Amino acid sequence: MKKVHVSTTVNGQQEEALCEVHQSLLDLLRDELGLTGTKEGCGTGDCGACTVLLDGRLVCSCLVLGVEAEGKEVTTIEGIAEPDRLHVVQQKFLEHAALQCGICTPGFIVAAKALLDQNPDPDETTIRYWLAGNLCRCTGYDKIVRAVQDAAQELAQSS
Amino acid sequence: MSSYTFAAPSSVDEALSVLANSSRKGERAQILAGGTDVIVQMRSFDNEPRLLVDIKQLAETNEVSIGEDEIFIGSAIASGVLNENDELKKLFPGLLESADLIGSTQIQGRASIGGNLCNSSPAGDTIPALIVNSAVCVIANSDGNREVPVEDFVTGVGQNCMSSEEFLIGLKMPRPPARTGDAYLRFIPRTEMDIAVAGAGVSVSFDDGGTCTKARVSIGAVAPTALLVPEAADALIGTRVDDSDLRAAEAACSAAASPITDKRGTIEYRRKVVGVLCRRAGAIARDRALG
Repeated sequence: MKKVHVSTTVNGQQEEALCEVHQSLLDLLRDELGLTGTKEGCGTGDCGACTVLLDGRLVCSCLVLGVEAEGKEVTTIEGIAEPDRLHVVQQKFLEHAALQCGICTPGFIVAAKALLDQNPDPDETTIRYWLAGNLCRCTGYDKIVRAVQDAAQELAQSS
Repeated sequence: MSSYTFAAPSSVDEALSVLANSSRKGERAQILAGGTDVIVQMRSFDNEPRLLVDIKQLAETNEVSIGEDEIFIGSAIASGVLNENDELKKLFPGLLESADLIGSTQIQGRASIGGNLCNSSPAGDTIPALIVNSAVCVIANSDGNREVPVEDFVTGVGQNCMSSEEFLIGLKMPRPPARTGDAYLRFIPRTEMDIAVAGAGVSVSFDDGGTCTKARVSIGAVAPTALLVPEAADALIGTRVDDSDLRAAEAACSAAASPITDKRGTIEYRRKVVGVLCRRAGAIARDRALG
């Protein structure tokens, strides 16, 4: 099967890969580039476990073809932490026990950080609607929402 | 999985020649915009080999232009991007809300109004909202562009009037006159991310004295395609669009609907609900026009 050469920037780093047309961006990240932090849940864009940023916009990487990443900038969960410490959102997920099995967590963190980057002071309803495309079968969501609220507060204090 | 190929043309002419070439060879080609329908379908019931033609590199499909008389929205623009455009939101609040009803934040990072229309589902939420705004499809064709009103574009469930050598460049709408408002409402059993059981769009225009001079009403998910309902519009034109006028439009919508019974609702239920949605959307559109 003919492979297509894809040149893309992932977490600020230039990457080259060979990819079949039917492969998703998720497949490209996990299987070709070894970035396994992004998880596959449903594979049909319903659960948000595979959430990444594509040119700064939140997308389900299972519903993007790998070949579409040509010339684009991708940010995955591996690009969220600072070099020497966790991002505030990640830290707050730990403190609030906002995860159990952890499969949904990378998607939630990428999505929550994107929300706080554009809206530093979201109310609870805004957080819940923004994260409505991320499904979690363990936590019941309350702990996740509290972690995001706390992260917003801490970011507001530190800025 | 079968063999797929991919093309990302950089001009309309190139895209048309890719499509023509594919057609000549008897190969299937499919347009890819945001992929939120196409990629899901190719991973489930429709996985036969094809050429995917990505039209997101074209200037035309990414263009938004807001002119004196006419507004153009490129077919591949993600609904999340459209909903950040305050000028469009002011001109067509109902249309933008219909796009905002579809999918999660992540889906809205990719899904487009053009894609919603070309997927041609009976329940496509943007379709009634486009119809009430008198939107016209601009279709790329090797003989030059051709234009088709949205209400004539979808021809059946999952089918539309484009040939395999054509694609949708965008949608153009006349600038709404002063004292015009639009609205779209749908019913789903929860608050987020579901497929419409029924939907209704209304656009109304008023004169200085508060009499309705122009109206368009369209209903979705209650027939094989979204329907323009002139009887409902006629019930509003010449009135002040008060409650009794809206109830006449409600009755017209229920009468025009020809729904099916499926897991989302029964025939009787959909007939009833689509009328109620028309009445409520009509009141919102009126308040927007006069507000």
